[in-house]
Amino acid sequence: MEVTAQQAFDIDKIRKDFPLLEQEMNGKPIIFLDSAASSQKPAQVIDRLNDYYRTGHANVHRGVYQLSQEATMAFEEARELVRQFINAPSEKEVIFVRGCTEGINLVASSYGRKFINQGDAVLITAMEHHSNIVPWQMICEERGAELRVAPVNDAGEIDLDALYELLDERVKIVSLVHVSNALGTVNPVKAIIDRAHELNIPVLVDGAQAIPHTQVDVQALDADFYTFSGHKMFGPTGIGVLYGKEEWLEQMPPYHGGGEMIKTVTFEKTTYNELPHKFEAGTPDISGVIGLGEAVRYIQSIGYENISRHEHELLVYATEQLEQIEGLRIIGTAKEKASVVSFIVDGVHPYDLGAILDKLGIAVRTGHHCTQPLMARYEIPGTVRASFAFYNNKADIDALVAGINRAVLMLK
Amino acid sequence: MNPINSIQDEIIDEFAFFGDWMEKYEYIIDLGKSLPLIDEQYKDEDHLIKGCQSQVWLHADEAEGKVSFTADSDAVITKGIIALLVRVLSGQKAEEIAKADLYFIDKIGLKEHLSPTRSNGLVSMVKQMKMYGLAINAKSQ
Repeated sequence: MEVTAQQAFDIDKIRKDFPLLEQEMNGKPIIFLDSAASSQKPAQVIDRLNDYYRTGHANVHRGVYQLSQEATMAFEEARELVRQFINAPSEKEVIFVRGCTEGINLVASSYGRKFINQGDAVLITAMEHHSNIVPWQMICEERGAELRVAPVNDAGEIDLDALYELLDERVKIVSLVHVSNALGTVNPVKAIIDRAHELNIPVLVDGAQAIPHTQVDVQALDADFYTFSGHKMFGPTGIGVLYGKEEWLEQMPPYHGGGEMIKTVTFEKTTYNELPHKFEAGTPDISGVIGLGEAVRYIQSIGYENISRHEHELLVYATEQLEQIEGLRIIGTAKEKASVVSFIVDGVHPYDLGAILDKLGIAVRTGHHCTQPLMARYEIPGTVRASFAFYNNKADIDALVAGINRAVLMLK
Repeated sequence: MNPINSIQDEIIDEFAFFGDWMEKYEYIIDLGKSLPLIDEQYKDEDHLIKGCQSQVWLHADEAEGKVSFTADSDAVITKGIIALLVRVLSGQKAEEIAKADLYFIDKIGLKEHLSPTRSNGLVSMVKQMKMYGLAINAKSQ
């Protein structure tokens, strides 16, 4: 009998893949609703890391001996897996970095030093994470350029007319988030990229919150740069990916100097290695890369179609349930949202709510979510954020709602 | 016994009566709600200690080598803990404040609120209170 995708998605079975979900917090079974900060890891990834360190570790791209060659093969196999995963044209365009933050810093610094000059501008949006603000501020200050910020409306959507207004020939790069970590908004990045390309302006997409939820095809998006972190997509911490179009990466100077990224070194002159190694100085995070490859396999075994459907159900259910709580206001009500719900409760400080939920075994994020300018836009000190991955279920949301009700009773 | 430690021991005894975390938190929340801790004029940028999670305002006054503190926070649990810290340190000798070992927080099971990772402003506030103690003591030497 043929098994449909819907039948194949067995939430109870999936939850068993994640050992941490069986743990307790403050003596209560953990309800983990902070996957947007960092997701939990399936046993498949944990076992692969363990296996690599026990039986397969050696430095890569160096040794002539078998073990090193096998480690190199596993490392490069993971690059190929990532390439296919995001549909990059070439593995030269898949650069391993420490995470999304480093991916943005690499482009800001390297592209910036080459292409941004006095009087130029960089365009971002008002819903960016600090990691997509500060690197641009730094390079703009260094190069004498202007940082332009496209505004966000009350629902938490980019004001596209205003963004297009800010897009002129002085803008040398646009950098924006695919899915907002604080609001859950899914931005129309394809439309923005197309518009920027009409003026030959490249676009960097911060995909940290998109990749755990949706299929990303860098060619379909036509993104010039796309970066994401492994730890938010069920892989290890400390590893991430920067995809960049070869035409840009070839023109950009190296970001870090050191081993691996060189071809020849003399004290007078160093010539650089080819892509992607030009941007991968030093011994890489080999286990991280191999673990990331395993996370890609794991996501593919579940399938984005299943992930999207299940998470959408959770989002709809959570929104309905939370809206019934008196005085609760959801921050971020965009039409297109990923499974992130940010909210505040009248008269209740997010820190207090988070502290009580913690005692009830419920892990949520509280505070400004590294988006202080966005919180200032809504004139709030921060929010409580519940974010869902495909391993969450409706019982988690019921526990959250019961927890909020209990906390509010104590706090009001 | 050093007066700071005897107040700390008092608080530890009081907390021993609470059966579970709920009762403890309810008490802290009540403390946080009931006390107007700081004069509105001091709730400004100069007195603000910024935390990632909650904010704290701290004001110190000195008289005859003793320091009195008033403080406030936008979060009520943070404010309740501030009330305890003020109860322990306010009105004490500057020298004693500077070298105080605030063991009561750990003993009453609220250590997590004074962890640097919480970033609620409380760790910086305690540091600041001790700095006042140190500075005022140095001045009087």
